[in-house]
Amino acid sequence: MTNDLMVDARSIRKHFGSNEVLKGINLQVNRGEVLCLLGPSGSGKSTLLRCINHLETINGGRLYVDGSLMGFREKGDALHEMRPSEIAKQRSHIGMVFQRFNLFPHLTTLENVIEAPIGVSGMSRAAAREKALELLKTVGLADKADAYPSQLSGGQQQRVAIARALAMEPKLMLFDEPTSALDPELVGDVLDVMRKLADSGMTMIVVTHEMGFAREVADRVVFMDQGVVVEEGKPKDVIDKPQNPRTQAFLRSVL
Amino acid sequence: MTSRSGTQNDDIVAIPLRHPWRWVSAALVVLILGAFVYSLWSSPNVNHSIINEFLFDKRVIGAAGLTVLLTVISMFIGTVLAILLAIMKLSTNPVLRIVSTAYVGFFRGTPLLLQVVFWGYLGIIYPKVEIGIPFTDFLLFSEKTSLVFTSLVAGIIALSLNEAAYAAEIVRAGILSVDSGQTEAAKSLGMSTGYTLRRIVLPQAMRVIIPPMGNEFISMLKNTSLLQVVAVMELYARTSQISSQNLAQVELLVVAGFWYLVMTTVLSWPQSYLEKRYGRGFSAPNQQQRWLRFSSKASA
Repeated sequence: MTNDLMVDARSIRKHFGSNEVLKGINLQVNRGEVLCLLGPSGSGKSTLLRCINHLETINGGRLYVDGSLMGFREKGDALHEMRPSEIAKQRSHIGMVFQRFNLFPHLTTLENVIEAPIGVSGMSRAAAREKALELLKTVGLADKADAYPSQLSGGQQQRVAIARALAMEPKLMLFDEPTSALDPELVGDVLDVMRKLADSGMTMIVVTHEMGFAREVADRVVFMDQGVVVEEGKPKDVIDKPQNPRTQAFLRSVL
Repeated sequence: MTSRSGTQNDDIVAIPLRHPWRWVSAALVVLILGAFVYSLWSSPNVNHSIINEFLFDKRVIGAAGLTVLLTVISMFIGTVLAILLAIMKLSTNPVLRIVSTAYVGFFRGTPLLLQVVFWGYLGIIYPKVEIGIPFTDFLLFSEKTSLVFTSLVAGIIALSLNEAAYAAEIVRAGILSVDSGQTEAAKSLGMSTGYTLRRIVLPQAMRVIIPPMGNEFISMLKNTSLLQVVAVMELYARTSQISSQNLAQVELLVVAGFWYLVMTTVLSWPQSYLEKRYGRGFSAPNQQQRWLRFSSKASA
């Protein structure tokens, strides 16, 4: 199973009760690739992202990250559920950034970043601290190490959230509408950090409505609607010359 | 920049509105209260020298100490059990959920006094306490119940188990008050359920848990007086024992009341410290010194 694929999703199905959210998604993401997921709200793009790190359990198909099956062990024909500790271990290699930041409000910026490296990876406090300060510097917040999240702007909080995810040295980063909850003038700083991260060779899947970012940074964009992949390709082709009428309609409404 | 007290050189200087009724109502309340306290204090039926004699009596002080000890121990056991019950009630295991719900229903649904007496009578139901391996003759420990479950132990059990039922709901409310995004963020970083609970959810829940637990602490301190019925010599039992000998009932009630007030006051001090400790990172509204505004004087 080891090949160039970081994410290999094969006919993923997910439903909440009778509500079918993902209807057989196929998605392959190469190592070092930046993929933007586009689509109207309710198209299932956030759910797909949450399935990739097993925050949601898929109902059908197979999902591999870096060659290993997420959430299950396959023995012969049967799938066995993994133990929570095994799932946690799989997740620790996948960073996730949320729309609403979800920083830990009772911890300072620095404590937010070092919590998982110390508690999950067993890093020493000194080493975790040193690394966290370095990460905070790269997201431009070295001077905010001792501030609490409530003392930061939305854009700053989101950059701390990115640093927190990077502190676990993930091999894959998932972004769930990272700029949707931000004031327009704060979006740029967050996108800059993501651009730098993309340039450094990180594999990224980004759910976004920022067409400028998708066009400029993404290697490939995937357009989803009603639980299926409608169109995918180079950003230039999909965003500027969409073939599918649904993609055309969506892009007309957002651009 | 505005300072914390909030005035700048170019602020509006207005003549403050007068509030004559504030003064009238305040004076009235103080007058009524003063008259009541005076009538009690000057009553010829209250013997001040008896109050003075027993206020710092060794037996009374010792009993007050026992009351504090009972409160702290029962509160500690009760809180630990409460966290367990709250987690059980929030778990996905239906049996644990039902057991927790039934426990809370039972211990909240019967009077504490009844529970205290029940644990006092435990020796009648189980005359002997034995620890050993079931279905064999091997016995590690065997003793008469009345020697193990002394009235003190029975009292602590009664108070702890009752407290756990109330505190469980407080802890559960605290856990539920933490946004689900926190758990998701913790999961996405690879944290286990237990670690997330300990390091992320409970510390944030504490902010919601502490104020009502302060209430519980004070209730507990006063509820220890119920242990009088199983002959635990706490403050109320001791003072009523003394008054049954010297027949100075009112005076000894004043003595007991004084010490209960002292203890509840002192024990509520750590609460504000804990609230600050667990409120870190949550911006608190700017607390103004209200009584300075009593006469509408702008804080300069």
